[in-house]
Parts: sequence; C-alpha cells; structure tokens
Amino acid sequence: MTDISAQPTAGPLRRRVDTTSPEAQAAVRRRYRSEARFRTYGLLAILTAAVFLVVLLIDIGARALPAFTTTSLQLNVAVPSDLVPADQKNNPAAIRGADFLPVMREALKTAIPGVQGRGPERTLLRLLSPGAPDDLRERLAANPSLIGTTLKVPLLLSATADLYFKGAGTPINTRSSRGAATPSGTTGTITVSAPGNDFSENLVTVKLAVAERAQALAAEAERTARSSAPNAAERANELRAEAAAMAARAKDTAAAETLDSRLPSLLVEINGGLVKVSQLAADRIEGDVLLPLASTNEAKASDWRIVTYVTPESSRKIGDQEVAFLERFKANGQVEKGFNWRFFTSGDSREPELAGIRGAIVGTALTLLVTLVLCVPVGVAAAIYLEEFAPKNRFTDIIEVNINNLAAVPSIVFGLLGLAMFLNFFGLPRSAPLVGGLVLALLVLPTIIIASRAALKAVPPSIKEAALGVGASHQQAIFHHVLPLAMPGIMTGTIIGMAHALGETAPLLMIGMVAFIVDVPTSVTDAATVLPVQIFLWSDLPELAFKAKTAGAIVVLLVFLFVMNGTAIWLRKRFERRW
Amino acid sequence: MKMDMTTQGIQAAQPYVAAKSSTASKVVARGVNVHYGEKHALKDVSVDVPDQAVMAFIGPSGCGKSTFLRCINRMNDTIPICRVTGKIEIDSKDIYDPSLDVVQLRARVGMVFQKPNPFPKSIYENVAYGPRIHGLAKSKTDLDEIVQTSLEKAGLFKEVKDRLNDSGTGLSGGQQQRLCIARAIAVSPDVILMDEPCSALDPIATAKIEELIDELRSNFCIIIVTHSMQQAARVSQRTAFFHLGILVEEGETETIFTNPRDERTRDYITGRFG
Amino acid sequence: MTAVYFITLACLVIAGYFIAAQRAKSLRAAPGAAFHSLPTYHGMLAAVSLFVPMVLVFAIGTPIVKHLATSSVFSFFPPEVANDPLQRGVVLRDVGNILDGRHQGEPSATLRSAATSFAHVLSTGRLIVLGAGVALGIASLLLVLSRISATFRARNLFERFVIAALVLCALVAILTTIGIVFSVVWETYRFFFDPTLKGRPTVTDFLFGTEWNPQAALRADQGDIKTAYGFIPLLTGTLLITFIAILVAGPLGLFSAIYLSEYATPRFRAWAKPILEILAGIPTVVLGFFAALTVAPLIRGWGESFGLDIASESALAAGLVMGMMIIPFISSLSDDVINAVPQSLRDGAYALGATKSETIKKVVLPAALPGIVSAFMLAISRAIGETMIVVMAAGLAANLTLNPLDAVTTITVQIKTILVGDQEFDSAKTLAAFALGFVLFFVTLVLNIIAQQIVRRYREQYD
Repeated sequence: MTDISAQPTAGPLRRRVDTTSPEAQAAVRRRYRSEARFRTYGLLAILTAAVFLVVLLIDIGARALPAFTTTSLQLNVAVPSDLVPADQKNNPAAIRGADFLPVMREALKTAIPGVQGRGPERTLLRLLSPGAPDDLRERLAANPSLIGTTLKVPLLLSATADLYFKGAGTPINTRSSRGAATPSGTTGTITVSAPGNDFSENLVTVKLAVAERAQALAAEAERTARSSAPNAAERANELRAEAAAMAARAKDTAAAETLDSRLPSLLVEINGGLVKVSQLAADRIEGDVLLPLASTNEAKASDWRIVTYVTPESSRKIGDQEVAFLERFKANGQVEKGFNWRFFTSGDSREPELAGIRGAIVGTALTLLVTLVLCVPVGVAAAIYLEEFAPKNRFTDIIEVNINNLAAVPSIVFGLLGLAMFLNFFGLPRSAPLVGGLVLALLVLPTIIIASRAALKAVPPSIKEAALGVGASHQQAIFHHVLPLAMPGIMTGTIIGMAHALGETAPLLMIGMVAFIVDVPTSVTDAATVLPVQIFLWSDLPELAFKAKTAGAIVVLLVFLFVMNGTAIWLRKRFERRW
Repeated sequence: MKMDMTTQGIQAAQPYVAAKSSTASKVVARGVNVHYGEKHALKDVSVDVPDQAVMAFIGPSGCGKSTFLRCINRMNDTIPICRVTGKIEIDSKDIYDPSLDVVQLRARVGMVFQKPNPFPKSIYENVAYGPRIHGLAKSKTDLDEIVQTSLEKAGLFKEVKDRLNDSGTGLSGGQQQRLCIARAIAVSPDVILMDEPCSALDPIATAKIEELIDELRSNFCIIIVTHSMQQAARVSQRTAFFHLGILVEEGETETIFTNPRDERTRDYITGRFG
Repeated sequence: MTAVYFITLACLVIAGYFIAAQRAKSLRAAPGAAFHSLPTYHGMLAAVSLFVPMVLVFAIGTPIVKHLATSSVFSFFPPEVANDPLQRGVVLRDVGNILDGRHQGEPSATLRSAATSFAHVLSTGRLIVLGAGVALGIASLLLVLSRISATFRARNLFERFVIAALVLCALVAILTTIGIVFSVVWETYRFFFDPTLKGRPTVTDFLFGTEWNPQAALRADQGDIKTAYGFIPLLTGTLLITFIAILVAGPLGLFSAIYLSEYATPRFRAWAKPILEILAGIPTVVLGFFAALTVAPLIRGWGESFGLDIASESALAAGLVMGMMIIPFISSLSDDVINAVPQSLRDGAYALGATKSETIKKVVLPAALPGIVSAFMLAISRAIGETMIVVMAAGLAANLTLNPLDAVTTITVQIKTILVGDQEFDSAKTLAAFALGFVLFFVTLVLNIIAQQIVRRYREQYD
C-alpha cells in the first residue's frame, strides 16, 4: 500500500497503447497473420485425420472388391449314368461322395476340343477350383433323375483364374496380318511361315529389348567391377562378355531370335488355333501349339492374327497356356461373374476361392453373446452399487480407481489373464467362444460400468426423491424409476462396449482362437475363430487372392461396427432427455 | 419442559419450546438436532403439529425449516453425512425407532417437493405407483378407484380424465404439482409434508394449490415450508418461525403475524431481513 | 447331470416362489394386522433362499465328487502311477475314453475296473450332491415359509440379498485385477526363480541384456541355439515406435482439439467429431493390415526413390499408423480439458486485447497443461500396449537400433509370437512372455495412475 502511494501519480507511468503509427499497425498485422496461421494448423490437423480415414476406407474398399464377386465357367456337363452304382441312385450321400473329377475333365475337353497330352490337360483341369463340382453335386443330390443327362452348370474357377479376370492378368494386343501364312501342323511344335514378312516389326521390338538388356548387363558389370566382393573382377568379366554377345545379337537385325519368359509373349492365332512363338524370324516363326489348329491350310491375309500378351510370363502368376484357355472360354461366352455368396455361407478354407467368413461370423456371434450375457448384468449391477448404494469409504474408492485403471490396461494383458487363469488354471477348452467371451467380458466391463454410472448419474435425484416420498424403498426407487430412465444411456454404453469387443483381436490370439477351423461352430465350447482374428490369419497368408478376402472380411467387420455405432448414436439422439 | 410464557420475550436467545403437548397433536418433536458433517444445521427443535390443520414453517433461507421437514419422513437418511438426534413421534410412535421400517413411515408421511417431480410415466402410473408398492389395491378396479379418488381430491381429475395414459411430464407446472399431491394422497398418508410446493409455479397455479391445501386440511395433517409469508398467512392455522437452525417462535398463525413475541420474528415479518 | 441339477433348481425356485407368494396372499386376505411386505417379496425371498444354498452345494460338491472319483481310479494303480503327473494324465484320459466308448483296442482289466469305479463314484456322488442340494434348499424354503406373517420383513431381507449380489458384481472388477496381477506375477516369479526351469535368466540379465532370442531348446542336440532374454532391444523398439506415434499424434491431436473447441462452428464440429470417433473405432487389426499392405510399401517406395534402404517392416510405418490411431484419443481427452478451462480466464485475456490464438497459447493451454500432459501419458500407455498394428506391420527381429527405417520388435509382438501356437507352462520361453506382460502391465499401470492423479487434481482446481 505504502509503496504504491509513494509513487508519483503522473508522468512516465501513463503510457498508452499506440494504435496509429505504422510500426504498431505492422505489429497488429503480424499478430493477425500468426492468428490465421495458428487457425490453419488446427484445420490441417483435422483434415489430416479425415484424409487418412478416407484413404484407409477407400484403399480397403478397393482391395475388397474382388472378394465379393466370383468367376465360374458355364459349361455343359454330361453326367455319366454310371456316376454312382445303380442301386445307390437315390442316395444323396453316395451322389455327394462320387468322383466328379472325370466328369469335370470331360466337360472341359468338350469345351475346348483337341487338347491333348497330360500337361495341357492337367493345366486345363487346374483352372477349376477343387470346389467346382459343388453346385453340380448339390443339384444331382437334390434331383437324382438328372444323372445320365447333360446339364449346364457353373463350375467355379480357381483363385488364379478368378484373379485373371479381375485384372491380375495381362493386357493383350492383337494385330492383323498383311500377308498369308501357312502352319506346318495342328498340334505339338509347328512352324508358321508368312512370306510377307509379317513378323518383322515383332523382331525389331525383340531386338530392341535385347539391346536394352545388353546395356543393363554392361552397367551391372561395371558395378560389380567397382564392388569389393572377393571375385568381383572375375564376375565382371563374365558379365562383360555376356553383354557383348547380347549386343552383337541385337545388332544382327536379320537373325532369328529365341523368345524367353522375360519378354512379352508372342502368339499367332491361325486356323482356329493358337501358337506360342518360341523362335522368331521376320518371315516365319516356330512355336508350341496352345490351342489346336483346325487344319494346315494356308490362312489368307487378315484371316490370322498376331497376338501379344504384354506382361512377360515371368512377371505374372498365370502362364500363357492358362491365359490361352481362359481367353478361349471368354470368347465362347462361357465365363460368368456373379456375387460371391460362398464368401458368406462357407467356413474357412485353404483355397482362397472357397474360403468364407461364415465360421468367423458365427464364432463372433457366439463370443459376443457370452460377453453380453456376462458383462451387462455384472456391469450394470456394479454401476448401480457404486453409484447408488456404496458408502463413501476407502474400499469403494479402491474399487473406483481400480475400474478406471482396468479400462486402460492393454488388451493383450487380458489375453494373458485368460491364458493363465481360464485355460491353465480352470482348464476351460482352448479356442472356445466361451473363453473368448469371458476374456472380452472382463475387457469391456470397465467401459460398461463407467457408461452405466454416467447414465445413472444423469437421472435427476428428484425422481428418486419422489419415489422415496411415496414410501418406496431405496431399491424400489432405483429399480422402478432410476434404472429404467438410465436404460437408454446404459444401452448406448453397452453397444459401444460390444463394438469395442467386436474389434478386439490380441487377447483372443492368446487363448488360441487362431487355429485353422473349417467347421462352423455350433456351441460356445466348440473351437472357433472370430472375424478380426480371421482377418489377421488371412492377412498372413501369401496367396494374393487371400489379400482380397482379408479386405472383404474387413469390410464386413467395418459394416458391423458402423451399424452398431450408428445404433448407439441413434439411441442417444432418440432417447436423450434433458432434465 | 414447561416454560413461563411471560419470560419468553426476555429469553429471546433461547430456542422456543412448545407449550404442553395437546392430545390432538399428530406430530410431536422434542429436542431435534441435525448435523451435516461438522455443520450444526438444526438446534434443539421441539414442536407439536396438530392434526387436521395446516402448519407453516417460515424463515429465511438456510434456517433449517426444510431440514426439519425432511426429518419428519426421514428423508435425511439418504444423505450419508447427516446425523439426526432427538425424538420425533407421530401418533405417539417414535419414528426413529430402529425397529420401524422407514419405508412404512414414508407411506404414512407423504411428501410434495419444491419442484414438481412427476415420474416420467403416465398420469395413471404416477398415482398408482404408491398403492401398488404398498399393496393397497386388491384388484385392478380397486386401483382405478384409488387413482380416480386421489386425482379428484387433488382437483385434477376433471382436467386429465381423458388422458390418464399420457405422460405426467406433459402437464403444466401447476398440474404437475397437483399430480404430485395426488400421488402423495393415493397412499392415504396421515401427514403430508410440502417443501415450498409453489415456489416453481405462477400465481394462478399457486392459488389453485393453496385452495387445494385448504381443502385437504380436513383429512390430513399438513406441514408446509414456505418462503412466502402471505402464503403462510393464507393457508396455515399455525406457524413456526425458524432462524439459524433455531425454532424461534411457534403459535397460531394470526398471533405470529399480528403480534409476534420475538423480536426476530417481528423483524422477519416486517421485512427487515429475509 | 449338470443340466438335471439346474433344471431341478429352476423348477424348485419357481415352485418356491409361488408357494410362498400364495401363502402370504392367503394370510393377507385374513382380516387383521397390516402386512409388512407384499406377497411378491415373500415369494422372491423364498426363491432366493432356495437358490443360494443349492448353487453353493453344487459349487462345493462337484469338485469334491470329481476328486473322489479320481482317487478311486488310482486306488487300482500302484502309487508310482498316481504320483507321476504324466502317467496320471494318461490313465485319466484312458478312463475317459473307455467311458465314452472311444478306447482304442482292448483295455486292461485294471483299467476297466478303474473306469467302472470312476463312473460309479461319479454317478453316486452326483446323486448325493443333488440330494443334498434339494434337501438343503427345501429346508431353507420351509424356514422361510414358516416365518411368513404380517410382521415378517421379507422385503428387507430380500433387499439385503440384492445388495449382496450387487457388491459381488462390483467385486468382479477387483477380482479381475487380482487375477491379472496373480497370473503375471506368479509366472514372472517362476521365470526368474523357479529352480526346475532350464535356461532361466537372472533379473539383471533380463533387464539389461541387449540380446533377445527366446529359443526354447527342445532337444539336447539343438544345444547350439543360444537363448537370450535381454529385454533392452524390445524396450528400445517399443519406445521407438511409441515415439514416432506420439510425434505424429501429439501435434495433430492437440491442434485438432484446439480447433474443435475454440474455432470450429457447431456445424463443423458436427462433422469433424464423428470422423474422429470413426477413426477411434477402427479395429487395430484393420489398421495393421493397412499399415502392412499400403503404408509400408509406400514408405519403402519413397525411400527407394531417395536412395534409402528401408526395411519392409520398418518402425516408421507401424509408428505412423499407430499415431493415426492415437489422434482421436489425444484430441478427445484434450478437448475435454480445454473445455474445462473456465470462460472467465479467456474473457480476461480478450479484455486485454489478446487475439484468440494468443489467448489459447498464453492462457488456455497453460491452464489446461496438466490435463494435456495426462492425455499424452494415457496415449503413450495406449501406444505401448497396442498389439495388432505392430504384430502386422513391425518385425520380429530384435534389433537394438534407434533408426526408424529399420525393423524393430516390441514387447507386445514378442508376447504374441511366443504365446500363439502350442506352449507348455514349464518352459522358460513361455514364462518369458508373462514376464514381458508383467512389465507391460506395470508400466501402463504407473502411467495411468499418474495421469489419473493429475486429472483429478486438475478437476478439483476448476470445480
């Protein structure tokens, strides 16, 4: 007090904010710029999160698309009357157990006549999935009178063939010919001579590719020479020699070239057949017949074509022979795409095209059922006790702190608990939805307790007082009035908790829900897997087709989650009560 | 605990002690003390409440009148830190007797709260709840009759008879409060406690409630806590004035308002503080 | 048999309810004193008085019967068999197979008589349990029935039972914690101190060792594989990925929270909040898939174009995606604490002529700092405990490195790797996973407790 009053009241202390000078205005502008910058940072942060989410969803959606369609061949299948012994004709089990492999083979051979040799035949058969006869089998079992007739049925393609039609194949260029050409045979290795030098452009392309390869080799030779590897010089010399030989080959534009699988495949479509070129000269080629020719007649100009599979054979999953077969089926209009119902109706499988998520969905349902049955009553009861009846003392304090901490314990630790307690100590079955549900129940219990307490707290005390006022006991007031009013909030919390449980993976890995299980589980003690774990399992598999399946399963999981969270939001909006 | 009436004015600092309890007293309180934790909220209150009459508790905010009211149906039991000592009897039965079930006490002592608090259920369910949990109705028709009578007594039946299944929260404030009164009288209590029942209502609704209180007087013992001295004067036969946790003065309403014995009462009534 | 027991139980409980309720009703109909409790409560009390003893008898009786039956089996065998856990298991499995009719080949006479005795003891025992349960239940029902009267406080007794049930439910949370602590602590103790365990490390080896190679030597001729349980590479790996994640999520989450609570219009909030909530709700296995299949190749591709050699399972990819996962976590917690800063503080700054960002930087954030710190701590604990993203996108190799472009491994990855598949509870390798779990639990617990303490104090400050 005395200090301040001792100060002179006028003079240097009376400073005013300068608002007019240019410096001051510049300072204000600077401050506003920094304001705008700060604001932009905030907006950018949210946009980053949003962009990430959108990219994530689009990426997974795009990856998932192939999983939802399936490709099959619509073929006429002649079912031999001796498929099953005569006395077993009306026994569905016998029909299902019959050997359909020869039937398939015949159907394929009818579709592409003239395929000979074990190799091509096996390749043809491999285009079909092991589950290809399933449709036929069911139809015959349902209607045995069809045995001995010819049916048109869809035969499921293998994953590789399926992927070929979904874009994992190769671009195909077709070029008409200028002159006539004559094949030397209809099957095996043949030559096709085209006196009009039809192949000269192709030869140039190949020579250019060879020249490029020569340069690459030379560059590698120089790199090797510089490296400190023990026999670098030796190896470099070898490479140099190879490069030189190749360069010479490229220079000699007239000489014939041998094609290999690192170059785009060149094929000649002639007389209804297809020849894969192995030796290429300007006026003639030599190659293997992929699809048999009808005759050795001379084909006139523009009656035959030169076909290029642009992606080299070595950099795709599917060989030229398969591509040739599949293109032929496609040309015949026998390839059909459809919605992949099997993805939703069958269990897991080693074959990507047969694998489905039904087992995982049922497993998830059973697991969540156990979770729901356990954690909702217990969680709500605990919340009621803590919110309404618990005396305020150290003990209830401990329970409270404990629940908050439990909510933040890493989920994998709950898995350890499940493994050590439920499996090892209590001897419950491994991989069972029962144990999974138990673990998840403990995991989401804190969430449900916290949400239920908040919902109970939101009910105004006047309601309870009103009930007490007419002589209801404390419990009657809670159970008749407070709890029903808190119910929407509790249900919202429960759904959010269940959505959390639905997406949980790590603790379930610990208790062995990772086994490969084909059968759809029927009880809570059967071995089962759940959707997120199925996703994890599939994502680990090397087959390309399983990547799509993984993404497909993710899409299904996300749909479930969105529906659950949407319901929770709807509930909250619908029953939200402001007191 | 007799006290010479003539010395009352001199011993103003002493808590008022009721005159000899009459046989018509419904509620008798003797030496009631209430502590909220460390706070001594109510100091040695003794009062007699007559049957078939309205008694008003008046006093400035925080004077303990509501606290005392809530002792009479043991509503304070729900507050963990609250401690009540002394003796309160209804019909000569100690209501703090451990053998007495507080739930049965509250069935005999109805309560109407400051803010109308109907259950967010139908009008019918609001009234029927009490009879139901106390098993008062033998049948559905019996229950219907109780509901109708209670609503009639509360002067609400005419207004709501066509919409008994509508939510009680959809009524106007005054109607809600009358619904709460109907709910309280549905279990035929002996005593009805009203904790500032009109403080959240407009003057017209207030007038209706006051009228209702006057009608109900013939059947019940009514204790009303109010901020409004006019209201106390209008509806009550006896009035008790509380100040700082002490019952300062109690007597015929007319006497209290026209000729208070205690200086504090006079100051309060004439508006010197409040 | 269990089904029979519980069907009997259910029937008795329902019957008990109606008998008691009916009795109360008929007594009530008689003129006289007012009844204390409604007939329903008499019924409920009777039901509960049946239910509790019968469940207790079952819970106690069943293991005893099982034990008796098992010991009756071993009365047919020499004590060596009974004392050897391995042979014991074989005998019991055989007995089970014989009783199920699945036994391969002709069982020995001893085995067969053992099986017969097992079945006999089991069925007799179960009958006794059923009988005892029913008898006890009915006895307690009769006790309740005999006490039904006008003054009998059935409601109060029933409510006391309800409170007991509620307390039990609240205790489940405590029991869970005890269960977690018990399982990790006990197995961790065995890992370090069980003398019968081969290849166990000392505590110092574990805490300060720089090599992690938990190969369980299965056979003697595999002795060459050197096992090591050095925890340091896992710790650095975990911390590296967590650090990257916080580096991403910290600024993004905090700025999101600031923007949402201070700048955003209600319309924008209505859009942005659900986006963050959706992001928070994406299962981590999905994020892991995205990290492994999209983000990691992308980063690798970028690295190659700059001439960097990036591991295909780099810490960077896992950390980035984990950061994205944590953004909503940090933003919602920070949003809460920023909103809790009283408006009066902001008004004070505005009144002095501060711009909004100056107010936020100089007044709001310092005031909300404790809350934000605790949000970061909870986020760190979340990142440390996260499993699926790192399992799918980070590697298995325990490299001791701080280079975010290298592959590292984390505590959770190692727990998962060790415990998925077949495991025995007496190998050091399996127990090592529990030791890691113990560390994980302990670290996250400490972080959470500190964070909660900070939040609590912060709340008190502004309440």
